[in-house]
Amino acid sequence: MATSVRAKRAGSPPPAAPPSSPGRPRGRRAVPAGLRGRLYRWDIKAIPYVFIAPFFLTFAAFGLFPLLYTGWLSLNRVELGGDPTWKGLENYTDLATSEFFWNALLNTFTIGVISTVPQLLMALGLAHLLNYRLRGRGFFRVAILAPYATSIAAATLVFAQLFNTDYGMINGLLGWIGVGPVDWESSKWPAQIAISAIVTWRWTGYNALIYLAAMQAVPQDLYEAASLDGASRWRQFLSVTIPSIRPTILFTIIVSTIGATQLFGEPMLFGGSVGISGGSGNQFQTLSLLMYEKGWVTGALGQASAIAWVMLLLLLLIGGVQALVSRRDRTKPGR
Amino acid sequence: MARTLETPAPARRFRQSAGRQHHAGPVTYVLLVVAAFVSLFPLYWNVVAASHTGERVVAAPAPLLPGKRLLDNLSFAWNQVDMGEALVNTTIVASLVALSTVLFSTLAGFAFAKLPFRGRGLLLSLVVATMTIPPQLSVIPLYQIITDLGWFDQLQSVVLPSLVAAFGVFFMRQFLLEALPTELVEAARMDGAHSLRIIWHVVFPVARPAMAVLGMLVFVQAWNDFFWPFIALTPDGSPTLQVALAGLGAGNHTVDHAVVLTGALISTIPLLLVFAFLGKHIVGGITAGAVKS
Repeated sequence: MATSVRAKRAGSPPPAAPPSSPGRPRGRRAVPAGLRGRLYRWDIKAIPYVFIAPFFLTFAAFGLFPLLYTGWLSLNRVELGGDPTWKGLENYTDLATSEFFWNALLNTFTIGVISTVPQLLMALGLAHLLNYRLRGRGFFRVAILAPYATSIAAATLVFAQLFNTDYGMINGLLGWIGVGPVDWESSKWPAQIAISAIVTWRWTGYNALIYLAAMQAVPQDLYEAASLDGASRWRQFLSVTIPSIRPTILFTIIVSTIGATQLFGEPMLFGGSVGISGGSGNQFQTLSLLMYEKGWVTGALGQASAIAWVMLLLLLLIGGVQALVSRRDRTKPGR
Repeated sequence: MARTLETPAPARRFRQSAGRQHHAGPVTYVLLVVAAFVSLFPLYWNVVAASHTGERVVAAPAPLLPGKRLLDNLSFAWNQVDMGEALVNTTIVASLVALSTVLFSTLAGFAFAKLPFRGRGLLLSLVVATMTIPPQLSVIPLYQIITDLGWFDQLQSVVLPSLVAAFGVFFMRQFLLEALPTELVEAARMDGAHSLRIIWHVVFPVARPAMAVLGMLVFVQAWNDFFWPFIALTPDGSPTLQVALAGLGAGNHTVDHAVVLTGALISTIPLLLVFAFLGKHIVGGITAGAVKS
């Protein structure tokens, strides 16, 4: 590309001389060959670190340092705007005896299960349907992805109206078939189901598309072999499709679990004026909501930090289980 | 893609999907129409609710057809609740975050995919591991920091922590690993090109489609981000749309549900327009990123 330029530069070893772009200061060319060579070697050696530096610097400043600092705060009593005083593990032992903490932990778990399990099962089914030869495939794909483009806040405000106990359309429909009215806001399980419905609505299509992509990468021969063996399509789905996309399923389980652990916006906005306490009786207060309430309503940042670290430990636990499961997967014969 | 059936190339045949040689039956269509209806109905009803009076929205039976108040509600939300400012703020934040994430992710993704350096494998696992850390672990110190710096309720407090994302680094790395021939980088190197030149003339042209997809995904994510903006900004200061909506939802300005849902509509419409025009590419991007991970 720039060989002629290079040839004109007397005495410099060709490969070591980077061709200068027009916008570069001309003085650079006068640098002695040894230095240029050193610059070139520096370029090769150091540039990878320069390229990854923005990520690691951002992570260090806004991820790692705050994470560790949160850990330190969790061992202190910290009021909003005040100085920390050492408390040791007291914040954690307080949590262990707090019924609000156990309630929030349990709610996070139950809402997590109600929102994740049906979501992923429906996504699998949808992906299977979308994998047929279809008319209007593009439309169906974009349509089921539309909820993903809707924000938590917008989706929750709409669903709060649809689920309204007195005038909401869902109770209207239920009344029409002779059920209800269901108290979607102040009864515990209906409220948790309604919140899970919002999560499920937003994420089912997204997961379906991920499954669809995985299904399309399954080699055709597997299906041909199965159908030669006389396997029905349902049988093929169970014994060819599902095992083949197992890693993808595991991936979506992890992502959904992480999402469920930090659930915040949906229950908060669904609860309206009592959202931060997770309903008037804390019936859908999640760990994130409790953390926010402790930190920014009560002003006890130390306790809020302890809740954050409990969440981290939970995620590490989940990650550990996942690592075990996938290792067992790999060591299984025939896999 | 059904067209590829006519080409007998064996490589293509291998990529054919499982069920796709089966035509969908009527049951499949019925189920998919139901799924599409459930996906789209809340959005349709958002428009309906935003076009009625507040009294009508909260009266049973709920309205099913659009009313005549859409423009009034829009102008009220725009002028009285200042959704206009929130829209501008959100556009600024999402654009900055998307641009910087795409740039830095491409650089880092290129380094992880194609440049040999000590500690590469370990650092890459570190990048992946950071994806599992929820924002809850950082918001308390970050809140103290932005308060000390006087950045509370200012947009930079939500832009800076999101300048680059682990997901983006991993996404670009996966793409460049396959899309960028190592020989191309080496050839440029032999020609004496320094790294910035290689980035500009070799990496960016190859990475452009993935950069576009990543940009859209990050834009959507930044547009809809809730937890940290809710802490760092206030509905009455310089809110993003999500923060303004949270204020509306909690009844800060009004309990007129038609106006609340008009606000929701204002926050959703721009992204839905993006989806209507670029939906296919976004669908492709989501599926491409996921299979490889």
